[in-house]
Amino acid sequence: MNIIVCIKQTFDTEAKISLENGAVKEDGVQFILNPYDEYAVEEALKIKEEQGGEVTVVTVGPARVEEAIRTALAMGADEAIHIEDEAAYGDEYTIAEVLAAAIRQKSYDLILAGNQAVDDGSGQVAVRLAQLLDIAHISTITKLEIHGTQVVAERDAEGDTEIAEASLPVLVTAQQGLNEPRYPSLIGIRKASKKPLTKLTLADLGLSADAVGRKVTPVEVFLPAAKGAGRILEGDTAMRVQELVRELRQTSKVL
Amino acid sequence: MSQTREHGAAFFVAPQSPEQIFTPEDFTDEHRMIAKTTFDFVNGDILPVADQLEHQDWDLTVKLLHKAGDLGLLAVDVPEAYEGLGLDKVTSSLITEYMTRGGSFALSYGAHVGIGSLPIVYFGNEDQKRRYLPDLATGRKFAAYALTEPGSGSDALGARTTAKLSEDGKYYILNGTKQFITNSAFADLFIVYAKIDGEQFSAFIVERNFKGVSTGPEEKKMGIKASSTRPLILEDVHVPVENLLGEAGKGHVIAFNILNIGRYKLAVGCVGGIKAALETAVKYAKTREQFKRPIASFPLIQGKIADMAMRGYIAESIAYRTTGAIDHALSEVDLSGEDAGRKAAKAIEEFAIECSINKVFASEALDFTVDEGLQIHGGAGFIQEYAIERMYRDSRINRIFEGTNEINRLLIPGTLMKKALKGEVALLQAAQGLQEELLGILEPADESELLGIERHAVEMTRKIFLFVGGLAVQTYGQKLEREQEILANLADLAMALYAMETALLRALKTQANEGSNAQLQGDYVRLFVAETFPEVERIAKDTLAAMQDGDTLRTSLAVLRKLTRIAPANTVELKRRIAARIIEAEGYLA
Repeated sequence: MNIIVCIKQTFDTEAKISLENGAVKEDGVQFILNPYDEYAVEEALKIKEEQGGEVTVVTVGPARVEEAIRTALAMGADEAIHIEDEAAYGDEYTIAEVLAAAIRQKSYDLILAGNQAVDDGSGQVAVRLAQLLDIAHISTITKLEIHGTQVVAERDAEGDTEIAEASLPVLVTAQQGLNEPRYPSLIGIRKASKKPLTKLTLADLGLSADAVGRKVTPVEVFLPAAKGAGRILEGDTAMRVQELVRELRQTSKVL
Repeated sequence: MSQTREHGAAFFVAPQSPEQIFTPEDFTDEHRMIAKTTFDFVNGDILPVADQLEHQDWDLTVKLLHKAGDLGLLAVDVPEAYEGLGLDKVTSSLITEYMTRGGSFALSYGAHVGIGSLPIVYFGNEDQKRRYLPDLATGRKFAAYALTEPGSGSDALGARTTAKLSEDGKYYILNGTKQFITNSAFADLFIVYAKIDGEQFSAFIVERNFKGVSTGPEEKKMGIKASSTRPLILEDVHVPVENLLGEAGKGHVIAFNILNIGRYKLAVGCVGGIKAALETAVKYAKTREQFKRPIASFPLIQGKIADMAMRGYIAESIAYRTTGAIDHALSEVDLSGEDAGRKAAKAIEEFAIECSINKVFASEALDFTVDEGLQIHGGAGFIQEYAIERMYRDSRINRIFEGTNEINRLLIPGTLMKKALKGEVALLQAAQGLQEELLGILEPADESELLGIERHAVEMTRKIFLFVGGLAVQTYGQKLEREQEILANLADLAMALYAMETALLRALKTQANEGSNAQLQGDYVRLFVAETFPEVERIAKDTLAAMQDGDTLRTSLAVLRKLTRIAPANTVELKRRIAARIIEAEGYLA
């Protein structure tokens, strides 16, 4: 089975977010492999261990993302493709187009990705990719079984579980609970540096910067307002309800 | 590192260059990834069960050690030929540093991979290595180290445990009691020191299932409760002669070499402890409000935070400088052949002084940090629910084991004298050169240069050590070893020199490489020198006054005054600036 895992390097979930010149500051921030993508890598490795095959990780981003690639390789992925090209770092549309072009060059049975990235949380890239490749997708899965070409997945449907069936090739996105990702072992880390890593540019993929240019441009980036102190309403129930309605109308203007 | 390597104790006589020393900024991607795996293991597997471990669930400890084995964390120092990974010392130091953040499980881990396994790695013969190392590297068996006895602690060679060759010559029969043995609840084998015929101090590999081996009750300790500590009782234990480690009567070589390694590893462990205590205290200070403000906004709390972080920086800098220097020295050793281990131990021994400096400095820095960290917590720090309470208790043992800080202080000048007599460090030449220099005019600090004052302070400390140490040798000659107060003072001067120089070189290197925390590192150096250099002057003055009087003392003090002229730093501003960075980052930063 040929398995492709799309990964993204994101901020550490513990990182402090601060802004500088209208953008999130990257200085001194720890970067990690997106936790949802970690589930995807782990699931790919489990399938490979049971059924055999090759696991290839694909990512788009600047030189620093190589650390996330090495993590996936150290966990046990066999090879990696890194698209490193300024013109490829656009919006979800751009990334999906670039990934699709890279993946079309490979043969694949299964594509895995995280359900979303913990930084922008758009949750769009993987499903767009399935559309571009013209294959089915099952998102936010918490369980995956593959028998021959038959795929059965359990997906998290707003707290309920939905069971979906599909046949290979298919794209699935990983939700928390799918598995418990392994830590890269020391042997894995040592081997990772010797595994093949292919670096590609848009030109290598036959894409032009114009064709994949971003469709969405951020207008403004700002931090959420600081949370103020809470207020406990006093008096009997009727008085408190009245006060609450007044607050909702006049102060927070939600009514 | 391509330039000539740094030699042990060379810093006493000549300045080293920034490029010559290893710093945490030199960690490779592989180092960082291995540290991350350790970090994830500690966060994911150790911390969630920390409470259970504190209550001495040894089955759980063993289970977690097995998991560490699966990850390869037990294999780092074992050569590849014996199912190990044979990685460098920086890697094993980093693992030790991160492991410490999970509390005293780190000791169970450290005693196994360090003092438990290394005697066989370095001094085992081929047969012993083949029989034991694969099991130790993978976690199929666990090891412990039994040197201390009820009657012999610092005087390790005064052991009373005996070994007697059996009449058929096949066994050594061991009798005696060892004390304070880490991992004794579950260890499968013990490195035991005993005297053959009550004379020849020797090391043996003793398996737990040998008849006559037993352990006593768990000690009720003040701290490090997640580690097992029991006496080891040996009653007519028949140890096969093949299990004599190294040569009969040469056990001290093994014991002292293993202690060298134990000492710098203890220092990196303390670095992990300092960072954990700092992080805990800063997070508390940011949430705890008094007078309607988080206490982190008060300058006196900020001053504590700055002092803690600065000590973390210094301890980290010296621990990795020494580790890196040892790696560099080991890279020049031919590690093939039967005596490879001995050669490696010899290469490490070159840095015995640095190992002692690390041990003393880092354990005292950790004690300072947990003490101030607890103080920041106020009354809450005295309550067991708060992590700082455990850290405070866990810290204290570090000044005691791997050689008390008193023993290590005596070792620093003692070992230096031996090295000088053997011609391994050109101390006498340097001292003679200094005599002439002191009669002339000393160049003042170049304050226009980056960290010029601090560089000057380092150079002056080097001269003060030679000046005071030289006088001590002149005054006492061979009898100097009886003057423990003078020796301890010289040790403190040596520590101040190594620590200040290392911190300075690291900051200069970061500056030269345009590292993002160059300013902060510079501030750490400024603060440390501002706090340490007056202490250097005081110690030197005390020592001179103990050795001389009248006009000779007055002349010496005049020389000392020349060497200690330095502009004071604004430590109020420095501490506020450092604290602001640490509070923003909610933990250690460099």
